[in-house]
Amino acid sequence: MATYQLNVNGERREVTVDPSTPLLWVLREDLKMTGTKFGCGISACGACTVHVGGVATRSCIVPISHVGDRPVVTVEAMSADPVGRVVQNAWVEEDVVQCGYCQSGQIMAAVALLKHTPRPTEQNIEESMGGNLCRCGTYPRIRAAIKTAATQLTKGGA
Amino acid sequence: MPRIRAGLLVSIIAIAVAWIGSARFAGADASDNPASTAQGLAAWEKVYSVLTHPRCINCHTATNYPQQGDDRRRHVANVVRGPEGKGVPALNCAGCHQETNADSTGVPGGHNWHLAPLSMRWQDTNDRALSSAEVCRAVTDRSKNNNLDGPGLLKHHEEEPLVKWAWNPGRRPDGTTRTLPPLTHEQFVAATRRWVEAGTPCPTK
Repeated sequence: MATYQLNVNGERREVTVDPSTPLLWVLREDLKMTGTKFGCGISACGACTVHVGGVATRSCIVPISHVGDRPVVTVEAMSADPVGRVVQNAWVEEDVVQCGYCQSGQIMAAVALLKHTPRPTEQNIEESMGGNLCRCGTYPRIRAAIKTAATQLTKGGA
Repeated sequence: MPRIRAGLLVSIIAIAVAWIGSARFAGADASDNPASTAQGLAAWEKVYSVLTHPRCINCHTATNYPQQGDDRRRHVANVVRGPEGKGVPALNCAGCHQETNADSTGVPGGHNWHLAPLSMRWQDTNDRALSSAEVCRAVTDRSKNNNLDGPGLLKHHEEEPLVKWAWNPGRRPDGTTRTLPPLTHEQFVAATRRWVEAGTPCPTK
């Protein structure tokens, strides 16, 4: 076991865990932040996506010992994030969610895309979101919501 | 007396010259002797055997995506190359591949994980490794290889973290160790040095 000082959503959090524990389980089990979901556990589905040091990261395969002092941002912080808030509103506007299980990962990926590429092309969306799976098949609505959010963000809505 | 002293001095100098010469000869390695073209070509084939090993060629693809595993399958999660060979926003290489291997989860890692540029592709679009001559020509073409001359190529093979990663590739998700290239890193560097000393000769076909 080892003790780690983490910066999660702007707050200092201390955890004492095995160094090999994936970040996902530290968030869910130790910090009780259950917005981030376990999907496949092998970085193949994207349900566990969070931002680490500003990079969309698959938290299920990153041991806590590899996080270091990079800030961790989860879906719980999106309502207070200028881009995250617009994306969440677009998600509601386009009625994206069906079962909802993958959607926190989808939103975290979409926010990462829009922060880097405010006016994404179809190809940008296809490539950036292509690693986030949705078994309900909400892909058309996800795509529509990203375009809605992009329109609002480039109008100065952020 | 002066004649005896002069003779002694000559003897000492002769002994010293002989000792230095013998020491240099005894300590000489292959790098002290210019390599012939034939030796250089033989060394290149050793280098080529490493470059086309999955640990290396999986990220020297001709495709829009990296490969993984000894079977060189397409990388999971629909990962794509991206404009700089580092993936795309929301699906960057660094989103999974950290600074070091994550053996507990089976994800390899190294500093600045990325794909080699397409100019350094060592396979065709059907995933077949290019010939020794084709790879050699690409590696020595300074318009394709980030303007590296012979010493630059040697330094790249000797020091680049992602090159060195091939000999410390970590564990797979099932806990087994990833396979290593056919030479040790020391042998790889020695073969590269020999090839560079010979003037980086390439096979004609």
